[in-house]
Amino acid sequence: MDFLNALVAFANFVLVPATAYGAQLALGALGVTLIYAVLRFSNFAHGDTMAFGTMVTILVTWALQAAGVSFGPLPTALLALPFGIAGTALMVLGTDRLVYRFYRQQRAKPVILVIVSMGVMFILNGIVRIIIGPGEQNFADGERFIVTAGEFRKMTGLSEGLAIRSTQGLTIVTAVIVVALLFWFLTYTRTGKSMRAFSDNEDLALLSGINPERVVAITWIIVAALATIAGVLYGLDKSFKPFTYFQLLLPIFASAIVGGIGSPLGAIAGGFLIAYSEVMVTYAWKKVLTYTLPDNLAPDGLVQLLSTDYKFAVSFVILVIVLLFRPTGLFRGKSI
Amino acid sequence: MAEPFLIGDRMTGGYGGADILHGCTVAVEKGEIAVIVGPNGAGKSTAMKAVFGMLNIHAGAVRLNGEDITRLSPQARVAKGMAFVPQTHNIFTSMTVEENLEMGAFLRRDDISGTIDEVYRLFPILKEKRRQAAGELSGGQRQQVAVGRALMTRPSVLMLDEPTAGVSPIVMDELFDRIIEVARTGISILMVEQNARQALEIADKGYVLVQGSNAYTDTGRALLDDPEVRRTFLGG
Repeated sequence: MDFLNALVAFANFVLVPATAYGAQLALGALGVTLIYAVLRFSNFAHGDTMAFGTMVTILVTWALQAAGVSFGPLPTALLALPFGIAGTALMVLGTDRLVYRFYRQQRAKPVILVIVSMGVMFILNGIVRIIIGPGEQNFADGERFIVTAGEFRKMTGLSEGLAIRSTQGLTIVTAVIVVALLFWFLTYTRTGKSMRAFSDNEDLALLSGINPERVVAITWIIVAALATIAGVLYGLDKSFKPFTYFQLLLPIFASAIVGGIGSPLGAIAGGFLIAYSEVMVTYAWKKVLTYTLPDNLAPDGLVQLLSTDYKFAVSFVILVIVLLFRPTGLFRGKSI
Repeated sequence: MAEPFLIGDRMTGGYGGADILHGCTVAVEKGEIAVIVGPNGAGKSTAMKAVFGMLNIHAGAVRLNGEDITRLSPQARVAKGMAFVPQTHNIFTSMTVEENLEMGAFLRRDDISGTIDEVYRLFPILKEKRRQAAGELSGGQRQQVAVGRALMTRPSVLMLDEPTAGVSPIVMDELFDRIIEVARTGISILMVEQNARQALEIADKGYVLVQGSNAYTDTGRALLDDPEVRRTFLGG
């Protein structure tokens, strides 16, 4: 019974939240990795692209709520999501036309594009704060829980409860659907294959008659969709705050690089690896250990390896280790 | 005399700095094999790239079937029926053999399965490995993928930049046999070769370039028999 309680406590505080967080990071890292594979630079503006998409979605959500529209037990934000994606797609395509295309035509080095993307990041940062403000926004509505801790305790008779929030369930289901669609697209469609060909060997893709501007535009649209979905899921699960999204850049890049930048499969693996590490290192294990260890060994302290304030250090350490010992990442990155 | 099917006529130009080609002419007739040979740095690959539009020539012209194509981009030349196999990086390594062929036919909107079957008939090993990533194949097989990819547009001219670089002599002979077979289907072949002697043996026409100009031009056989060419380029 104690063991079951320990398992439930572990699932409640580590497994479920980390899986949801991992799915959000994976979606974010997929966007970074696609840009890297096709446009060949690390897009520092990705966190703020997520913030922008989430902002548009929130504004549309508010409009829908004001008009009295709701999505039953599901959050209204899901109805607003297509608008958010469309708005973000227009924004990134506009940025590409105004900014990145110029440097592409100059055949600028990747490092220059990275700096350019930082410029875009600061501008987006400002735009989002001007429009929606720097404060925190909660926009989740609908049913709060799939299973509450109380219901779970009543159902199983255990003393530990397992709560699954509907946003967590939603995150995982959405992530699975989105990833499946993306892989289907990249593997089987003509356009998806041309993206992979372009990423693999740009010159040969040109010789084969693949239009680079079209590949670039489609990549941006997919990235806009991924960023908006990742941002909205994160915002529903936690809350929306522009600065938090800017900070997400670090774990997202860590995920992409740990998995092998340019490899979509790696981005997913990296997302979960970073999320589990971050949650496990900052979780106070006292409860789980009290259940599993004999009484005389029960810990007095919290058994928390790092305070949650230091959670970004976890991404950093993993990043450094991977770059030292396996710079191409777990899945041998570089081309999709 | 009628003009050859494809001709790079008295081309002069380079990559932007000093000229590499000086009034160099290369040409190929319908369904024939023309081979460009010469010492290192003679501008063999450059001549080939000039014919394909990958560098600017400021004098001379390139004509395909009588049409002046000097100002067309390489992509536009592909649409005109020219295909080019670069010396290196000539396959999509992370994609399967079949996907490589599909990408070769990217410009075509019609059914490509017939052409894929033709390529498999020409290179049976590719059919066996069609689900394998092209980057995992041996050097000779990769060259077959590269040639197969170029054939997917059903070109009238196939240009090969050192197709046998880095493959074993046995594989080289086999590749040459396949190239002859391609030529028999009516496709003109223009290629640059390091293995001058073997290449001239299968060539209808041979061009010996020295420092960006034509030194000798004749049929492959005649060049092989020319004592001067043998002494200076073929090592006796």
